[in-house]
Parts: sequence; C-alpha cells; structure tokens
Amino acid sequence: MSDADQVFSGEIVSDGRTYTLREVCVIIGEHTELVVEMVSYGVIDARGARPDAWAFDERALHRTKKALRLRRDLGIEWAGLALALDLLDEVERLRARIAALSRGG
Amino acid sequence: MKFKDYYRVLGIASEANADEIKSAYRKLARTHHPDVSKAADAQQRFSEVGEAYEALSDPKKRAAYDDLRRAGFREGQEMDAPPPGSASGGFGGYGRRSANGASGAGSAGGAGGDGGYTEMDPGDFSDFFQSLFGGAAGGGGGGAGRRGGGTRRSAFHERGEDVHHALAISVLEAYRGGERQIQMQVPEVDAHGQVVPKVRTLTVKIPAGVTHGEKIRLRGQGMPGSSPENAGDLYLEILLDPHPLFHVDGRDVRIELPVAPWEAVLGASVRAPTLGGVVNVTIPAGTRAGDKLRLRGLGLPGKQPGDQIVAVVIAVPATASEPAKELYRQLAKESAFDPREQHGV
Repeated sequence: MSDADQVFSGEIVSDGRTYTLREVCVIIGEHTELVVEMVSYGVIDARGARPDAWAFDERALHRTKKALRLRRDLGIEWAGLALALDLLDEVERLRARIAALSRGG
Repeated sequence: MKFKDYYRVLGIASEANADEIKSAYRKLARTHHPDVSKAADAQQRFSEVGEAYEALSDPKKRAAYDDLRRAGFREGQEMDAPPPGSASGGFGGYGRRSANGASGAGSAGGAGGDGGYTEMDPGDFSDFFQSLFGGAAGGGGGGAGRRGGGTRRSAFHERGEDVHHALAISVLEAYRGGERQIQMQVPEVDAHGQVVPKVRTLTVKIPAGVTHGEKIRLRGQGMPGSSPENAGDLYLEILLDPHPLFHVDGRDVRIELPVAPWEAVLGASVRAPTLGGVVNVTIPAGTRAGDKLRLRGLGLPGKQPGDQIVAVVIAVPATASEPAKELYRQLAKESAFDPREQHGV
C-alpha cells in the first residue's frame, strides 16, 4: 500500500499550547539572556508584558530553533535573522498560495 | 570510496586563498542551508559544502588534500586503486575501508576543527573525509566503518528531523474537514548509497474546525531516524485562503450582512449565510450600522466551537423609484434625526 492510499490522521498541536521562557530555554538548551535578546530583536514573538509572564506558542518555538540553526551555520546576527525569518515565512506563504492556485483553489 | 573534489564543491580554483574559500563557503552554505532551501537534497548539499570547507579552511588538512590531488586523483576516482601514473601505490593507506556493515563506533573523534564557522557533526562527513583526516574510519582500528542503512545522519542522531510544511486550505475545508493529498520531496538512500530526492505523496486527514496558524502533527512522518519509531514528525501549518464572505478569526467567523434601512429601523427576520448553510437571523428593531450579532456555535467547530459574528451594514438602494423617493421625502420632513450631530456641523 502506498502512502497515498493510506490516510494519515494528525492531531492539532497549536491549540493554545504555550511555553514559558523557562520551558523554551530548557527545550533549546540556552540561557534566558539569549532568548530575551531574540525577543528584543523581534526574532521571535512573545505574548505578555514581562519576561516572567511571557508565553511562546508552538510557532515561536519552531522559529527559535530555526533561528539558532541559521545563526550557528551562517553566522547571521539577530537583526538580520529577524528579517531572514520573516522573508522565509513570506516565501513559504507565497509557495502555499501558488500551490493552492495551481490546484484551481 | 571515491575521491572528492572539494574545490569543485566550493566552485573555486585550486589556488584560491583563505578569503576566497571562506567567501565561497558562506555563499553556498546560505544557498543550501536546509532551513532556507526547499530542495530535497539541501541537507546533503549543505553537508558536502561544510565538509569541503572543513578540509580546505584548515591549512594542514588542505596541504594533505592537495598532496593527493597532485598525485593525480580526480573527482570520482576510486581511492582503493593507486593514482594514475603513480607506480608506487603509496596511497593505498587511504583506501582502507572497513566493509563490515556495522553501524557502530558512533563517536567520530577528532575533527571539530577550530570551533569556527560550522558546528557540523564530523560524523556526517563522507568516508573519504574520515579516512583522510581521521575520525571513525581512519583510526586504523577495525570495525569502525559506518555503512548502516538509512541516511547518513541517522547513525548519529537517533531521532529524525521534524519536517514543517505549510498547507493552504479553504475556509470551507476548515469547516467541514476532509482529506488532502500533499506531496513533499524527501531524500532517500538508493541501492548505491546515494541520496536521491524522491517525491512522496501523503493523504492527510484535515480535522474539521482546524483554523489559521494551527499545526497538524503527524507522528513519525518526518525524516527517518535510526529506527522507524525514531522518525521525526511532520507538522502541517494550516494557512486559510481568504474567503470573500467569511473572515476567520481564531474559531470565530465574521461576515458583513447588508440590511435595508427599513429592516434596520423596524426589525426583520433575514436570511444570512453561515459555513453550515443559510440561517434566519433576527435583526432587532433599531439596529444601527456596525452593530454586531453573535450567532453562537455557528463558527468553526471544535472543543469550543466558534461563533459567527454578523456585522450589520446598512445598504441603500442604488436607484429609487418615484414613489420610493416620495416616501423618503416624507421621512425627511418627519424626522428630526441628525446623523452629523457629533461632528459639530
């Protein structure tokens, strides 16, 4: 049976699940200062006024990991990373849109 | 094991200086970085470029590598044979390959370089690199070969990478749920141990009520891991295509509903579209433009179903008949209503 015949069911994961600053640090294995810096440069978004009240959603967590990989591998600094990630998101949205349009959707 | 032309990988001349090497590496690393490139072989290309840089950016490694090139080795040549034109066969040592298929001996010591630009796992580098510069296969000890199944990464990283994809669906699909075929490029290792891009088609169930920005996780459908249960997950991020009528906000759905001036003033029961079909909505007497009516539970379904929020828009007919105009004139005469009261004019 090919993959196309089998129907895969997933679970919705970003249904309100958020992570605290502390949890994010544990997951990515970095210090809080680094995450605070990423937020201040707009590399990732946090909801909440102060760092101890910050909440990061699944999307922010994914973006954090991606940012760290790009920083490590390509040596991009924070401001550039924020821009690069925004542009990559935009490219992805446009690709999805093109895919939708070429289906006639 | 075949000779690799690192200069060709970086697209530079063999006499390139350190700056040229670094600059070529940076450009290619940016292009082929798996977070940037969507090509199926991005990971492989990125590793290749990193390996070439690791070899050429270290003067000692580069010198050893250049010696080999000077001895006549060229891209793709088998290293087990002596280089063409070399009678000595003195490079046989490089060709030592431990062909036992064990995937063990994971720790690829050494390498790591100067802690510089990349922090690539030297275990990802080719056998050619390992045998030339040390690491698992070059240590002379037996049984260090790494020719297990799966991708190169898998022997060293237990869990496969998660894969993230955007999936654009219509608002109606989000409401009804359904199935969607998605295609993604995945690298596969063929019979010759080469990583080749392959298109994989998956049929995915879209849960009814999923909304913009949410992700669907398909466990085990990401990159392969060291064993099937260690495969990464596939995340599909839902992007809702804009709908001309229904605007989705979380699980709530907003529409604008035009009503006639007399319906707004006198109240009326009007028909309104929802994602589930047409419903009757009561417009209370005295409704004003911009007033919102909440239709509970008529938004996107879910554990906490959303509402449909109807924003009332007062629509005025484009043309009015003479009797209608007469009625408006009467209304104008009768009414003390000043819509611009707040504007001080």
